[in-house]
This record gives sequence, structure tokens and C-alpha cells, in this order.
Amino acid sequence: MTPQHLRYTDQHEWVADTGEIPGVATFGVTAYAADALGDVVYVQLPEVGARITEGEACGEIESTKSVSDLFAPVTGEVLAVNDAVVDKPELVNTDPFGDGWLVKVRHAGLPELLDPQAYAALTEEA
Amino acid sequence: MSRPSPLQAVHAELGATFTDFAGWSMPLRYGSELAEHKAVREAVGLFDLSHMGEIAVTGAGAAAALDHALVGNLSGVKVGRARYTMICAEDGGVLDDLVVYRLADEEYLVVANASNAATVLAELTARAGDFDATVTDRSADTALIAVQGPNAVHVVGAVCDADLDALKYYASVRTSVDGVDTLLARTGYTGEDGFELYVAADRAEQVWRVVTEAGKEHGLLPAGLACRDTLRLEAGMPLYGNELTAEMTPFDAGLGRVVKFEKDEFVGRAALDRRKDDGAGRKLVGLKGSGRRAARHGYPVVDANGTAVGEVTSGVLSPTLGYPIAMAYVATELAEPGTALAVDVRGSAQPVEVVALPFYKREA
Repeated sequence: MTPQHLRYTDQHEWVADTGEIPGVATFGVTAYAADALGDVVYVQLPEVGARITEGEACGEIESTKSVSDLFAPVTGEVLAVNDAVVDKPELVNTDPFGDGWLVKVRHAGLPELLDPQAYAALTEEA
Repeated sequence: MSRPSPLQAVHAELGATFTDFAGWSMPLRYGSELAEHKAVREAVGLFDLSHMGEIAVTGAGAAAALDHALVGNLSGVKVGRARYTMICAEDGGVLDDLVVYRLADEEYLVVANASNAATVLAELTARAGDFDATVTDRSADTALIAVQGPNAVHVVGAVCDADLDALKYYASVRTSVDGVDTLLARTGYTGEDGFELYVAADRAEQVWRVVTEAGKEHGLLPAGLACRDTLRLEAGMPLYGNELTAEMTPFDAGLGRVVKFEKDEFVGRAALDRRKDDGAGRKLVGLKGSGRRAARHGYPVVDANGTAVGEVTSGVLSPTLGYPIAMAYVATELAEPGTALAVDVRGSAQPVEVVALPFYKREA
């Protein structure tokens, strides 16, 4: 349920810093978040080239019943956004850690994030 | 601590996500609410509505008591039929919208929204005081199970002996489901053909399982409150707290037809007579958008200049239609279908067009 190769925020986002491209991270929302939202029907992502700031809203995720801000888990410049998710928001529900990724960011260093064990503990409490 | 439904264990077994609704813990959805919505539109959905309030009004004066307590003509309802009506305050404000079943000459069942059930019970009890009528709260010992969708008739037909061809919309009949006494009504809140089954709370699980089994070959899915709301919104049906509030009269909501001035004195009559044209400045309309961003409860409706001309009461990206829909109160001069307006969706003006309600109507 909680992929071991990712890091997490307490806002239920995951961050992948694979090291394939140094200084580039990908983020999305967790399966826990997707499940809590219900069926996602609309995703608004930042523009490519935009500066996003850790902890600040950089987009929106709407389900049939709710609207949630997407918080940037890292400060940096948006290199790419997942257009497939904009066209098919249900990818956030069906594959939140894979095809449902949201944004790729060039950053100057990741903030302190939760490891999978800490995140799993957080969602178990909730 | 919220109150569990008598079907709590079944919902937990089905993996439901629960929500707190009017003090009850009820299933919000079991899996995908969009799949549940689609099942109701195309096959059949099974709902637990046990949070609704059921109040029995009985006695030789029951009909007269309800004629006094409610805005409708309940003494005129035939045995075996039901009526959509409202209970208003002395000032004409809507306290709740109700479905009232006449079960016998001297026996009615009043079904209230969960959020207003205590108010309705208290008001009915007080208002029936001068009549030969007894008001009894049956909510705790009654479960309500709804079977809704085009295949509902097949599912319900398989579990009881009632003559469903003879059971018209807004009619009810007593029957038995797997040996459980059931009040079977052809009513609902989804815009589809469907049935509501009132059964003893301690037999609800048995009825739910029997209906589930019979529904297997008809595409039945258990359906939660999330899709109940999107279904009723597509069908243009008001929700108390959104389209209806205590601040407005039935006339304000465009539902003045439920008020029967031709009957004798009833609570709220004088105020309703005085206020019946007050709402003329604004009207409840449907709004159709494009794209995928839905307007939500409370968002401003604006004209081309960005001036606020109304307010959204309910909105969603319609699962059936694929575009955003909303109900809103707007200035009467802007209420004509075809009028171009916009909704302020968190700072961004999304164009909408006024359309006639309902958004969705099933094929006859």
C-alpha cells in the first residue's frame, strides 16, 4: 500500500527523487489521499515553467463531492505536468503512484520528508 | 458519537467509507461513487436510508391534524397513496420537505429528512395536540432500504408477491420480503423508477441480503449517499439545507404548488399568503457549464460585468451528462433558459447557461 521507494508529506503527497535526473523530483498524491477524496473528476496543475513553493497551493483536485488544494511538497521550477491526468482525472484513483503522477519539479534540494514507515504510521492513526 | 444504521455491520463488511450525516454514521460510498451512480442510472442501486425520520400519525383525527400541521391537503390523499409536501413555521419558512404516506383511513406515515427529524417530530406533536391523533416516532425501529434504477422492478419483483404493475409512482402497499413485513413504496430521490422498503430495524439485514442476492443478475450495486446527492441533483430535486431553508417559503423555492390555500386554516397560512410573491425577485434555475469545473454550494453567480446576481445552492460535474451542472437562485430577469451567466469558481469566472430543470429525465 505504501511504496517503499518514495518519500511522503503529511499532506498525503508522495515525492520520487530517483536520481536518474539529478535535482528533479516527481510528485503526486497517495492512494490514501485518492481514496479519501473519492472519484477525482478534475485536476488543475501548475503551468510548466512556474515556480512553486513548498507548502503552498499549486493546483486543485476536485472529486464529485469536494475541492482540495494541491500543496507543493518541494520548492522549485515546474519541468513537466502530467497532461494524461488532466484528460483522465480517474488516473489519480486507479494508479496514484504511477500513471497518476502529477508534476515534475527541478529543485535545489528536497525538504525533510517522511519515510514509508512514518507515512504508513500517519495514515494508520488517521 | 454518531448513531449507527441498523445495517452498519453489512456496510462495514462491504468495505464502505462512512460519513457523518445529521448525527448518523452512514455509507458515503462502497467503491467508486461514479460506478454507483451509473449503476442506478443503467441497472439498479441499493441504498440504506435508515437515517430518515419516520413518524406515524394515527387516530380518528389524523387527517385533520396533518391538514393543520402541513401545507398540503393530506385528508385528500387516498389510502395507499403518498404525497410530497412541506411543513412550514408560523412565518411561512420551510421547516422540512416530507413524503407522507396514507396507510389507512386513520394512519399516516410522515417521512422527514434526518437533519430535521427532531424538529418535525416536535412540531407535529405540538400541532396535533388539539386533535384526536397520536404522533409516534418510529425512526429508531424502522429501517429504510431503497432499490432504485431501471432494473429495480425486476429485483423487487423477485423478492415479494406485490403486484408491481398496479403499484403506481407515489403509491405504497404492504407486502412481505423473505417473511419480513414490508411497506413497499414506489418512491425515490434519484430520477429513476424505484422502490423504498420500510422494514423493522432488526430485520433490515435480512432484507438487504435477500435484495442483494436477487440483484446479482441485474447489475445491482450497493450505493452510498455520495451518489444519492449527484443523482437527485441531475434529477433537479431540492435538498433541504441547499435549495430549501427555514428562511424561505415554498414559493421562494418555486414549489408553491405544494401549498393548498383552499383547505382550512393551517400553520403558516397567513404568512404564506402574505409572502407568496416575495420571492418574485429571484428564481431557482438550472445552470449548465462546460469543461470539468463544477460550481459548488455558496459560489456566486455573476453577470457579464462580474456583478453578483445570484448564488449556487448545489453543483457537481454531472456523472451522467459529463458537464458541470448546478442549481442556483438568480435574479428573475436572468432566469430565462438560454441566458448566459457565469459562476465564480474560486476566483475564476466559468461561463454557464440557464437551463430548464431537471437536467436529466429518464426515458418514459
